[in-house]
Amino acid sequence: MSLPFLLEIGTEEIPDWMIPGALEQLGASFRALLETSGLAAGTGLRVDATPRRLVLRAENLPPRQADTGELVTGPPKAAPAKALEGFARKQGVRVEDLSLQQTPKGEYYGYRRTVAGRGTLDILSQALPGLILGIHFPKTMYWTGQNGPRFIRPIRWLVALLGDEVVPFTIAGIESGRITSGHRRLGSPRIEVSAADFERKLAENFVILSADARRARIEQGIAQLAVTPAPDPDLLAKLVHLTEYPTPIAGEFSPEYLSLPEEVLITVMRRHQNYFSVRDAGGRLAPRFIAVMNTSADPGGLVRQGNERVLRARFNDARFFWQTDRRKTLEERLPGLAHVTFQARLGSYLEKTERMVALVRELGGDEYAVEAARLSKCDLTTELVKEFTELQGVVGGLYARAEGKPEQVWQAIYDHYQPAAMEDPIPRNLQGRLVSLADKLDTLRGCFSIGLIPTGSRDPFALRRAAQGVIKILVEGRLPVPLKPFLQGNSELESFLEDRIWYYFKEIRGFRYDEVNAVLAAGWSGLPGLEDRLQAVRSVRPTENFEPLAASFKRIRNILRQAQFEGGEAVQPGLLEPGPESDLYAACEQVRREAAGKDYLPALEAIASLRPKVDLFFDKVLVNAPDERIRRNRLALLHTLLAEFSSIADFSEIVTNH
Amino acid sequence: MQSFQEIIFKLKQYWAERGCVIQEPYDLEVGAGTMCPETFLRVLGSKPYRVAYVQPSRRPADGRYGENPNRLYKHSQLQVILKPSPADVIEQYLGSLEAIGIDLTRHDIKFEEDNWESPTLGAWGIGWQVMLDGLEITQFTYFQQCGGIDLELVPAELTYGLERLTAFLQGKDSVYDIDWAPGVTYGDVRLEDELQYSVYNFELADVGMLWQLLELHERECWRLLQAWPEAADKKRFPLLPAYDQVLKCSNIFNTLDSRGAISVTERVGVIARVRKLAVGVAAAWVEQQQ
Repeated sequence: MSLPFLLEIGTEEIPDWMIPGALEQLGASFRALLETSGLAAGTGLRVDATPRRLVLRAENLPPRQADTGELVTGPPKAAPAKALEGFARKQGVRVEDLSLQQTPKGEYYGYRRTVAGRGTLDILSQALPGLILGIHFPKTMYWTGQNGPRFIRPIRWLVALLGDEVVPFTIAGIESGRITSGHRRLGSPRIEVSAADFERKLAENFVILSADARRARIEQGIAQLAVTPAPDPDLLAKLVHLTEYPTPIAGEFSPEYLSLPEEVLITVMRRHQNYFSVRDAGGRLAPRFIAVMNTSADPGGLVRQGNERVLRARFNDARFFWQTDRRKTLEERLPGLAHVTFQARLGSYLEKTERMVALVRELGGDEYAVEAARLSKCDLTTELVKEFTELQGVVGGLYARAEGKPEQVWQAIYDHYQPAAMEDPIPRNLQGRLVSLADKLDTLRGCFSIGLIPTGSRDPFALRRAAQGVIKILVEGRLPVPLKPFLQGNSELESFLEDRIWYYFKEIRGFRYDEVNAVLAAGWSGLPGLEDRLQAVRSVRPTENFEPLAASFKRIRNILRQAQFEGGEAVQPGLLEPGPESDLYAACEQVRREAAGKDYLPALEAIASLRPKVDLFFDKVLVNAPDERIRRNRLALLHTLLAEFSSIADFSEIVTNH
Repeated sequence: MQSFQEIIFKLKQYWAERGCVIQEPYDLEVGAGTMCPETFLRVLGSKPYRVAYVQPSRRPADGRYGENPNRLYKHSQLQVILKPSPADVIEQYLGSLEAIGIDLTRHDIKFEEDNWESPTLGAWGIGWQVMLDGLEITQFTYFQQCGGIDLELVPAELTYGLERLTAFLQGKDSVYDIDWAPGVTYGDVRLEDELQYSVYNFELADVGMLWQLLELHERECWRLLQAWPEAADKKRFPLLPAYDQVLKCSNIFNTLDSRGAISVTERVGVIARVRKLAVGVAAAWVEQQQ
């Protein structure tokens, strides 16, 4: 016999973005519970959620644990009969039932007792409260009183059914049962359910339990609206978790608002109203939007009219800000930055701007770049940015364009917060890249200089993101700017950036970790060069000579370390033994000449061709020659070889099977 | 069509029927209904309490000279405190919307995460902004901490934006066009307030004098708070007047802010000063109530 199981945690509205994580944990903890309780994992375990419920269902749970045997050890073999009888009596068995058992301490009497498995209902009833309250949420609350349980939002009902039976437990004064609740207004507030009819009864009460089904309903609904929204998977995911019964509707706004910048209109619709924006056939923003309701229909158009009125008010606000802000030019706003603090100990945005301007010059920026840097932060005092902070930079760029600034300048201002995330593009023009670099480098230098260094998950100034941005711009913008001279000799900042460089090439670009180690160990400063070296190592790696040579380089490094040989001695050709030793020396000299001035890949190929000579040397020549002068000369040869050919990558870092 | 005042009558009636004391607005300038002693002090301690009141809420920086149809220097909040929050609090809240004639089966209601926080009061809570057809009509908060103190009983705080709600119900695009009473518009009643206070707050308020006032009220509050530990008769000690000084400081701070007289750095400092007062009064109040 096997039983279906249903658990529903009925809550008040859970923040949409926390739902997927909570479900994942719920499923994992339940699986772990089955495992540690020795309950055969049921099949068909699935988790679902709407804003008001987290649901876990499983099929085929056994009604109880399997029985187990347990050995009860009694007196030793040599014990008198009386002790034996006493033990048997105490265990409630006959002496004949006892048998001799081999234990590490010798032979003992004992007997094998059958332990009945616990009922699944019992196990669940004990474990579920802890399992539910153990779900981690980024921010929790209490609601029953100061020492009450904590959860993401108040728990208002609990359904827990194993087969037809309620799994009894209580959380925060709520007893588990078989009564669920439908959509807040379209459904019944009290619905008796079983594991079998749960999903159907919810659907009858205007709750679509499956997120996939809600997503499909939104997509199909939009398809029927005869307008095509700009694709927006993040917004779609949000709406799926913000609704129990989603229905899209289309609305319109007056085309007069299209005179406002598209960026502002889209931000209002998307971020503030959760609307999809719509483009016309020519790709231009259309005066329409799509909202997704949490209800079944809008027959009288009331919801549409309401949303249209809200959007009109928001657009009016935005237009008011747009017009007010333009009474003052960005240039005129510059002195006002003295009153906007960047960081208490790092001064105002005016000071930051001055530092950025100097940095842009040092980075080789032209006059456009310098002007963009000077005006880059001026939008911080605009009403529009105060209202839509996520548009900082963009708004400055738009105002600069409206003021007639050249493209090089306004685009640079517009883009200079990019890339904010790893998947973001870098600024589109050189000026923007330099302003963005200057901004991020200044933040990194400033914060590190006053000890604001990220630790663990604490990174309040988003310095990791800033560093990542610097690296991405330098590499993808192919800027031949050496990075190290801009780090003010701050070794903590250098190693912080080195970590980020490592992360970038390994995690984002997919280079192998030992390749990144090898290239970094050879030294770094200009990042495009680093990338080229990595590409070269990656290309030469599959060739037959490379990995064996890398293994030999590791051997050389070990020999030098054991000999505590620090280098500094030139190879004396006269002391070289003819044959493999002088052959290797000659080959080195030749490769050195060949590789000089070549691109990384041919240079590496030339180096790799040394492999037979190196192998032969180790085969035939004893480094630890009895004659000290010869020994040191051989160490000098190996040292030269290692030093000479490790400027592209330190091959000894390459992990090989040799 | 229901007027602004009818909507207020109905909501007060609704909450009175659910056990709320109906209070009149607090008679000092506040930025939000939460700041009134009826909320800030009453949510502390273990005494259950239910109260509802309309509080004119002054936000000097939000003034727009009466030119913006949606932004006001002084707007009206209906503040409802249910301490402790009943299990069906959301149902009760939705019922209040139905009581003013909103048929929720024909509208779209969503609860979107919005956790309220007031650094000046050392207060925060967990909750939502309630969206009706895309319009934020209510801030719904389960208070967790007030005056830096973890609350014994968790109150639900419902803050209705009355002008927005009325504009929604009356289908008006401008707040000034809504009917306050039959034949009297909101503009008739409030437009002059909006214009004159905008002029004062943005252009004419005497910055030097405001700084002095801030200091005077702060000093008075401190004087009382310092006398508190030694006070022989705790029951008659004037903590409520001490709290009035906190409210004064807060409003003066907001006015200075709208005058552009406070830099971001100073801002943090002044907020910390006011919070220190609020936290001091809250701690003393809890002690006094025991």
